[in-house]
Amino acid sequence: MAEAEKIIEIEVLRYRPEQEKEPVLQTYKVPFTDDMSVLQGLQYIKDYLDGTLSFRWSCRMAICGSCGMMVDGKPKLSCKTFLREYYPGRLRVEALSHLPIERDLIIDAGDFVKKLESIKPYIIPKEARTLEQGEHLQTPQQRDMYEQFSSCINCMLCYAACPQYGLNPKFTGPGVLALLHRYNADSRDGGSAARNELGYADEGFWGCTAVGYCSEVCPKGVDPANAINQNKMNSAINYFTRFVTPGGAGK
Amino acid sequence: MNNRRPYVRSMDGWWKRDPYFIRYMAREVTAVFVAAYAVLLLVGLVRLGQGKEAYEAWLQALTSPLSMVFHLVVLAVFCYHTWSWFNIMPKTMPIIFVGGKRLQPGTITGTGLAASVIACLAVLFIVRGMS
Repeated sequence: MAEAEKIIEIEVLRYRPEQEKEPVLQTYKVPFTDDMSVLQGLQYIKDYLDGTLSFRWSCRMAICGSCGMMVDGKPKLSCKTFLREYYPGRLRVEALSHLPIERDLIIDAGDFVKKLESIKPYIIPKEARTLEQGEHLQTPQQRDMYEQFSSCINCMLCYAACPQYGLNPKFTGPGVLALLHRYNADSRDGGSAARNELGYADEGFWGCTAVGYCSEVCPKGVDPANAINQNKMNSAINYFTRFVTPGGAGK
Repeated sequence: MNNRRPYVRSMDGWWKRDPYFIRYMAREVTAVFVAAYAVLLLVGLVRLGQGKEAYEAWLQALTSPLSMVFHLVVLAVFCYHTWSWFNIMPKTMPIIFVGGKRLQPGTITGTGLAASVIACLAVLFIVRGMS
């Protein structure tokens, strides 16, 4: 026997800068099946109910990091969140918190991208190597020091979870600082001195007050709160020893 | 031409938006109680310096019903303080390997809580032994 078609109400925070001064809620009735994600619900709206709705998406399988949004107030990847979890109630979908809304569910990621570039998110080799020297070898334990932090997909859910970033957008923020640590913690890397100038600054690790929600919402188990807070000790040691270590007081 | 007009949402009342933030704020507020109790103990030290009578009067004041209620509240707050801080402790520590295996957050929190219980009991026994 075919199941009766289920309908769920999706409340979307709309913002069309050319026609609205501030965001407004709009409700859509969406027929759905149990295997439909929130993203698929939005795609149904765009395809059949209202073509003006804007949102970002790409891979549909929690790896591209494009479809982050607030689902009933929680930062989620909409491709990894299912409509059935909210049935028979309704759900509210909003653009990621703490980030400026560009249009509808699309946030302005400019600040995040600028910060990401600034921490040099790539390996800066300790010393120049020739091809003949072969690959950099690493023990499993050396890999474990950074592996979880390298799982970041730049989805910015942690920024939507971080009140410190919302209160002070100058704060470098969880995702970027976790990536800063990811490269510093890599045994093949030699770029930590340059990165730590940003990490040890007021807007760096110290901007974090260990709320810890970033780690809770991360869809990839990165644990940014851990990446940040374990560096506060390093930063404190650096602060007190910079005058006695050679080259320590450089900047 | 630029029609962009990014909308920045207000942060007013942010800590009431999610139970996670309320628990965080509760954890932070407990530090005020810890400081307040430290002041209370410092007053005791000052009274001790003023002589036996002053100290006895301070001790007497602590037994008042109001002080008892305050102590019960502080005890409850301190328990939450201890739990919440050891709960966040694993986040503040580097990745540690013991015998080739990664030390789990639960072990770090558990060890911290056990250490604080042992420290409390030790202080209790020492004070009992002295009186």
